[in-house]
Amino acid sequence: MIDLKINGIPVSVPEGTTVLDAARFADIPIPTLCHHPKLSPYGGCRLCIVEIKGVPRPVTSCTTPVSAGMEVTTTNPNIEKLRRTILELLLSDHPNDCMVCEKAGDCTLQELAYFYGVRENRFAGERRIYTKRDGNPFLERDMEKCILCGKCVRICDEVQGVGAIDIAYRGFTAKVCPPFEKDLNCEFCGQCVSVCPTGALTGKMWGQKGRQKDIKEVDTTCQYCGCGCSLTLHVKRNEVIRVSSRENTINEGWLCPKGRFGYSFINSPERLTKPLIRISPKDKSEVKSQKSEKNSSLVTRHSSLFREASWDEALDLVASKFKKIKGKYGPDSIGGLASARCTNEENYLFQKFMRAAIGTNNVDHCARY
Amino acid sequence: MEKTLEKLYVDYENNEGNIISLLQDIQNEFGYIPEDAVNWFSVKLDIPASRFFGIATFYAQFHLAPRGKNIITTCCGTACHVKGSERLLNGLIKELDLPEGEHTTTDKEFTLEKVNCVGACSIAPVVIINKKVHGKVSADNLMKEVRKLKDKEVEK
Amino acid sequence: MKNDLLIKICMGTGGLAAGGSEVMDAFKKQLRVKGIKADISKHCSIHRVGCRGLCAKDVLVDIILNNVKTTYQFIKPYMVERIIEEHVINGNPVEEWAVTEDYHQFHNKQIKVVLSDCGNIDPEDIESYLNVGGYDALKQVISTMSPKDTIEIIKKSGLRGRGGAGFPTGVKWEICFKETSSQKYIICNADEGDPGAFMDRSVIEGNPHAVIEGMIIGAYSTGADKGYVYIRAEYPLAVERLKKALNQARQNKFLGKNILGKKFDFDIKIKLGAGAFVCGEETALIASIEGQRGMPRAKPPFPVYKGLWEKPTVINNVETLANVPYIIRNGAEWYSSFGTEKSKGTKVFALTGKIKNSGLIEVPMGIPLREIIYDIGGGIENNMAFKAVQTGGPSGGCIPADLLDIKVDYESLAQVGSIVGSGGMVVLDENDCMVNIAKFFLQFTQSESCGKCIPCRIGTKRLLEILERITCGKGREGDIELLEDLANDVKATSLCGLGQTAPNPILSTIRYFRDEYEAHITKKKCPAGVCKDLLSYVVIAEFCKGCGACKRVCPSSAISGEKKAVHKIDPDLCVKCGACFEACKFKAIGKG
Repeated sequence: MIDLKINGIPVSVPEGTTVLDAARFADIPIPTLCHHPKLSPYGGCRLCIVEIKGVPRPVTSCTTPVSAGMEVTTTNPNIEKLRRTILELLLSDHPNDCMVCEKAGDCTLQELAYFYGVRENRFAGERRIYTKRDGNPFLERDMEKCILCGKCVRICDEVQGVGAIDIAYRGFTAKVCPPFEKDLNCEFCGQCVSVCPTGALTGKMWGQKGRQKDIKEVDTTCQYCGCGCSLTLHVKRNEVIRVSSRENTINEGWLCPKGRFGYSFINSPERLTKPLIRISPKDKSEVKSQKSEKNSSLVTRHSSLFREASWDEALDLVASKFKKIKGKYGPDSIGGLASARCTNEENYLFQKFMRAAIGTNNVDHCARY
Repeated sequence: MEKTLEKLYVDYENNEGNIISLLQDIQNEFGYIPEDAVNWFSVKLDIPASRFFGIATFYAQFHLAPRGKNIITTCCGTACHVKGSERLLNGLIKELDLPEGEHTTTDKEFTLEKVNCVGACSIAPVVIINKKVHGKVSADNLMKEVRKLKDKEVEK
Repeated sequence: MKNDLLIKICMGTGGLAAGGSEVMDAFKKQLRVKGIKADISKHCSIHRVGCRGLCAKDVLVDIILNNVKTTYQFIKPYMVERIIEEHVINGNPVEEWAVTEDYHQFHNKQIKVVLSDCGNIDPEDIESYLNVGGYDALKQVISTMSPKDTIEIIKKSGLRGRGGAGFPTGVKWEICFKETSSQKYIICNADEGDPGAFMDRSVIEGNPHAVIEGMIIGAYSTGADKGYVYIRAEYPLAVERLKKALNQARQNKFLGKNILGKKFDFDIKIKLGAGAFVCGEETALIASIEGQRGMPRAKPPFPVYKGLWEKPTVINNVETLANVPYIIRNGAEWYSSFGTEKSKGTKVFALTGKIKNSGLIEVPMGIPLREIIYDIGGGIENNMAFKAVQTGGPSGGCIPADLLDIKVDYESLAQVGSIVGSGGMVVLDENDCMVNIAKFFLQFTQSESCGKCIPCRIGTKRLLEILERITCGKGREGDIELLEDLANDVKATSLCGLGQTAPNPILSTIRYFRDEYEAHITKKKCPAGVCKDLLSYVVIAEFCKGCGACKRVCPSSAISGEKKAVHKIDPDLCVKCGACFEACKFKAIGKG
């Protein structure tokens, strides 16, 4: 263990810990924009600068490992002034359209600007002007809001192993983009979106659905596959408007495109909410007459006609059909295919039902394929 | 193209190359960095094309579009600057009738480039025309040289 | 006619640009035509040599006849026949073409260590280097000295990194030597990116073997077995000569397996830079050799602990390494006898700008700046008044006239807000606007910023924007203070040396030439008459002879006037290019 002092408070941390982590361990806040605990250190935003006794210039705490006897100062008028200048510079090249920004209320940059009270900007000047393009239905890239923290590039490379984007060009014109500045063409996992500290990367389907302050967060488990990733549903007025995942979960906060963006079925008007029974062709004439009377309980779906039914009626119908088939062709003429999106208990009951009630071993599961 | 790329690939393997040396080889071969070449190597080497693009746009040496037949490079180092390289540059833009913001003439005959310093400061200002270094250049001499090149093209 | 004849022709980048190879061809042809070949061919040789410093007088040719050397300047091919006839055949040097007094003056106050063989030996021929004691130092080190002994000599000599920061070379080697790692690297940084500096190019073009020898000794001392020379692709001649030299060194068993029969393996590869100034920074250079974007990373860890591919790596500049063989051969005491208490030895400077004898010089550390400017440099061109000298390129600062007596060494220059840097010295005269100079350097650093850290990426851009508005007459009250404030913050917070030093040209010009900034901002005037938007050109009627010279050169047809009548400039059409001002022989164009 290494003993050091941060703002005069003794702290003891394992060797190899960075000053930033040591400070966070001692619950001393240091602002950052480009740091992510699970990505390689970058040292680009310079906000996490601290003073270390004996070192002539401020150093970035995210890249500096602790050493024994180190005396760190995380805040003093000089450091805060430098941080403020950095923020002022950032905001001088930012649309500052928080009023309509998707990220407002959940934006690190906005939070810091508020905290440091950056209102007027002494450095107003040329801004980067980029047009939004991307035809994909998932990721919205508003590169004018990009602060080049490089988190999206690192997560795409280091966590996803895809490398769909990289920083291109240099200096003031540096920008994060896919090769040859084409439209984004990747897995659309949206990992980049999850780490973006500003409104540069958001979900397309999030647009104007509601901002952070309106949201109720509901933790649940993803049902798409057997991984069981933890999800946090962002719910507004009983509607899921986006999905994220917390960092301290089994999946470390990472999600795939299905988990992150595949939630539109929840509030889909096509979703089944009541049992439906198909109307047989010979009843079609009856249907026609009923339709003319605007019978709202009739549903047209996938070129078939259905009518709403009660659970009892529907289950009775299924049971009678099973019995009929089993009687005529034997139990092995029936097979059961269960879903990965059911819980273990449900799947257990399902196979039990197939074996005990139907009497067949023809049971399988979509996750096998 | 495929054959040339295969050849470059062999060189790359033999000389423990990296993306920069590969891009240098590609540019030597084609005069610029064609998108197809990048995509070919991206698949072959299993390196994301974004990385090639990031590097190609970082270094001033690489060009993503074909350049003119004649390449004129004006040195804009400090010594050349104080000896009037900016005026030479403006004169060249006018003489070559370069479209605003472009480096290559519309007929693809000339490309005008700036270089930070070629290290020939004691003979400033310096202009390199098709790899030949010209020192102590005056606007008059320079335009004469450029017109000579233009006439050559007309003769052809 | 049986006498030895040696002809040396300057063929560095400067010499070649002035027509060096044409002059060489002319000599070859004339020797053949005059039938001299038959008589003295065995004794006669033509050497191409590297830069001897005074490129402004190229092509320079030495004729050494009977061990008497005559140097000619400004030689063109047509002059060769007369030189051969009068000098070589008849023994009467052509006095009118020989170098003048200032050529000797240029050399008198210099002390040449690194450059001692540059301009003397044929850089493309290893024999030429061996004849002047080349590789003796390596032989001595390998056969009689341990790495520790070698490091001790370098430490004692006081040699400090010549790339800019001035870190003691011996100490760096020692740290690397002490690191325990199966793989270590030594890198020669030849990515000479400072505009206005060409020391490294000239050394490699003039004496590539000295650099190679220094590198091998460095490798032996630190335990590195692989070396890289990271060199700018903009230096094609230097690259070519280095390649040749490496091959010759390999053939002579100075490189490769079991060097000179000892159990010591080392080889060197050339890595071509691809045009990014920031790659002169150690960690960016390493990233570039690894084939990535040349973006610096935070230090520590320093490269000497974790460098190329995470292995201990020593990075030395070209000039630093070229010093090494001479130090070993002549001893640490000899080297440290030059220079000052803290800055030992000599330093090569590229003396350029508005100076008479523009070229490459090597002087002992601590020499007064005045001697460099007036004795070696011969004073200001066209008898203008000296204004300042800019040292250290985009990371450095300006030294004004009243500080001309300061000593040129690391400490003294730092005290006045400038740096030795890699060794560029650009002399500025009364016609140079200091705000414009600051703007020039900021344009440079801004376009070369890698974009990784915010203060450099956006800060340099904003600094440049403020300078731009000052130079075009839109400066505001308080802009100087804003510049100073932002400059200091950018210095304090930037990630690497580029951003940390980029504001220096601004701070130093404000420090010494605040009045010029004020004139731009409050009076909307450029005292030096450089900033276009603050200028207007007029014809001074009493001087105008109506020759029409101005009218002919005007690119925008803004000048009108009949022959032999006073001309007129239409201010609406004038693009303020200054062509008329230069074309007028009667000083009849006024600007202000």
